[in-house]
Amino acid sequence: MLYLFVLLPLLGAFVAWIVPDNRYRPLVLPAVAIPHLLMAFYLAGNAPPPSPGGWIWLDPLGKIVLLCISMLFTVCAVYSVGYLAYRQERSNRVLCIGLLTCLSAMTLATMCQHLGLLWVAVETTTVTMAPLIYFNRNARSIEATWKYLLICSVGIALALLGLLFLAYSTHVAHLEATLLLSSLKASAKDLNQGWLHAAFIFLLVGYGSKMGLAPLHTWKPDAYGEAPGLVGALLAGGLVNCAFLAILRVYQLCLSSGKEIVFFQNALISLGLISMAFAAVFMAKQADFKRMLAYSSVEHVGILAIGLGLGKGALFGALFHLMNNGLTKGVLFLSSGNIHRSYGSKTTDLVRGALTRLPWSGGLFLAGFIAITGSPPFSPFISEYTIVSSAFIEGRYLVGGLFLVFLSIVFIGMALTVLPLVMGTPPADLEKSEYRDRLLTVGPPFVMMLIILFLGVWPPDALLQLLREGAALLEARP
Amino acid sequence: MGSFADQLLVLVMLINFVMLGSSRMALCIRAVAVQGVVLGLLPGLVHPFSWHLAGITCGIILAKGIVIPYLINDAVRKAQIRREIEPFIGYVPTLILGAIFTTLAFVFAEKLPLAPEHRELLFVPASIATLMSGFLILTTRKKAISQVIGYLVLENGIFIFGLLLTEAMPVMVEAGALLDLLVGIFVMGIVINHISREFSSIDTSRLRALKEE
Repeated sequence: MLYLFVLLPLLGAFVAWIVPDNRYRPLVLPAVAIPHLLMAFYLAGNAPPPSPGGWIWLDPLGKIVLLCISMLFTVCAVYSVGYLAYRQERSNRVLCIGLLTCLSAMTLATMCQHLGLLWVAVETTTVTMAPLIYFNRNARSIEATWKYLLICSVGIALALLGLLFLAYSTHVAHLEATLLLSSLKASAKDLNQGWLHAAFIFLLVGYGSKMGLAPLHTWKPDAYGEAPGLVGALLAGGLVNCAFLAILRVYQLCLSSGKEIVFFQNALISLGLISMAFAAVFMAKQADFKRMLAYSSVEHVGILAIGLGLGKGALFGALFHLMNNGLTKGVLFLSSGNIHRSYGSKTTDLVRGALTRLPWSGGLFLAGFIAITGSPPFSPFISEYTIVSSAFIEGRYLVGGLFLVFLSIVFIGMALTVLPLVMGTPPADLEKSEYRDRLLTVGPPFVMMLIILFLGVWPPDALLQLLREGAALLEARP
Repeated sequence: MGSFADQLLVLVMLINFVMLGSSRMALCIRAVAVQGVVLGLLPGLVHPFSWHLAGITCGIILAKGIVIPYLINDAVRKAQIRREIEPFIGYVPTLILGAIFTTLAFVFAEKLPLAPEHRELLFVPASIATLMSGFLILTTRKKAISQVIGYLVLENGIFIFGLLLTEAMPVMVEAGALLDLLVGIFVMGIVINHISREFSSIDTSRLRALKEE
């Protein structure tokens, strides 16, 4: 069942490869995504037992990430049918194959219990996304692709070194060298501490650069800025979550070692705060709204890291935020893609008054902005509030205080870009464009916005239960 | 056997210096290929024979010695470049930096809590020195091809460390890692090709349209 789950998108990629017609090829995406989503929901309820070797198993953490990725991908897939109809001048073969291969690798990443296999899956997502960032085939997008490829590849290489350190720590402890999570956790107390710390740092830096934690985020504004909106949505909601899941796995292992957990937690919190600070500084006066979304993503991976580092009640918040951030970024990137299409520009000197020109896309962009900055009644409010409040309950006043300060600076910075963009009056000399808001380009992000609202007002019990189970796996037990 | 492995590792470190000091692209690519083949021979020297080991040896020599250099050469030919011109730091300073890093690698490796049977071998210092050389090439060169070579050298450094634990890594993961490296280089080759077409050169210092004002 689980293998079928990984193979399905690959099969779709093969079909996309042989379909000759540019107009009908995008239909493969929803044809794969919808069964994938149904299977994801089914598996979240009744997960099969671990595979015989223990390599493949869908645990609560994997389920959370899988649900988020599958929902986001389905929405993007339906959207892509509408979006690619406007981009008939370019072949979308590479885009379709890349998206589906990436979905397969992301699905595999969610159920790996073997750190080596997880590494291979995450690296595969990196490579498959590179041609998609270069979809627009111009000088700027090639620059973004080169930066993305080089920085992420080096980061992932460092993560591999971290994995080798981890295996070596078992060797020094005279245990059987392995990278299987369950056996590593069982023997974690005997691992050599020095090598374990080194491994954690390298893995955090490696996967952190993939995730975009500052100061390793430099590829992010370029890649998000130049990639088409739907690729940006998958980068910000899918790849980020896969890399975060990899960090969660390593963190689980570090917790089982039971010693000096404060070291790991502080490393996460400081990287998280640095990310939020970077985002707050660069968000202000950002004229390019897609780059602004990239900095927002840097901010939110920072929030995830802080939530994980704080532990206790914040863990629930972090896991919930993982899902909320992924979905809200989806709304923002898809609607910003529509605005970009219509105005033919992504700087705020030209793009004004989106609400008048494109009521639906403009409205969704505004709603997404309100949600992502953590305003009620949307679900990011609940997760951010949980993290902040548990920081104060735990007596981490400095962390909680800085968190709030950065959040408010980001809010102001983002509002300064978003409000004129949405509310202002459209420039008079604007060229006409053939883009119009249609059901296929507006419907998917609209549905996603409704889900975010729904999760904020009335989160389903099954989901809350799943999040609690996931948080229990990350609890530090003395 | 250990001493022969050490001699090969010295060779690997000498090849690092060839790449650090050379401006000719063809020489660098050949050097990285030779380094790959030497690394492919190493696992057979330090571990007893098994089919797993034979598979790794063949896979590594094929990928690092033949396929990857071929892919880079292909990119070089399409982009029509011969040599690296004006790196960010000159060749002599990079060589000196490389020498300093190699010395530091030896000092640092002494202090690591290594398993007793690895303490006498050169694996760890060679790994760190190669890793640092890779970083140096990656950061000081302007041409995209040189950066790819730097990335390969960096991977080679990580690979040397991995040799200490060949038994631990199941074949599937190794194969996956190798395949990803291969695909990565392939994609980089294509990107280089596009860079050269877009900018009529593969000088990455011209890639500077995207930055914060």
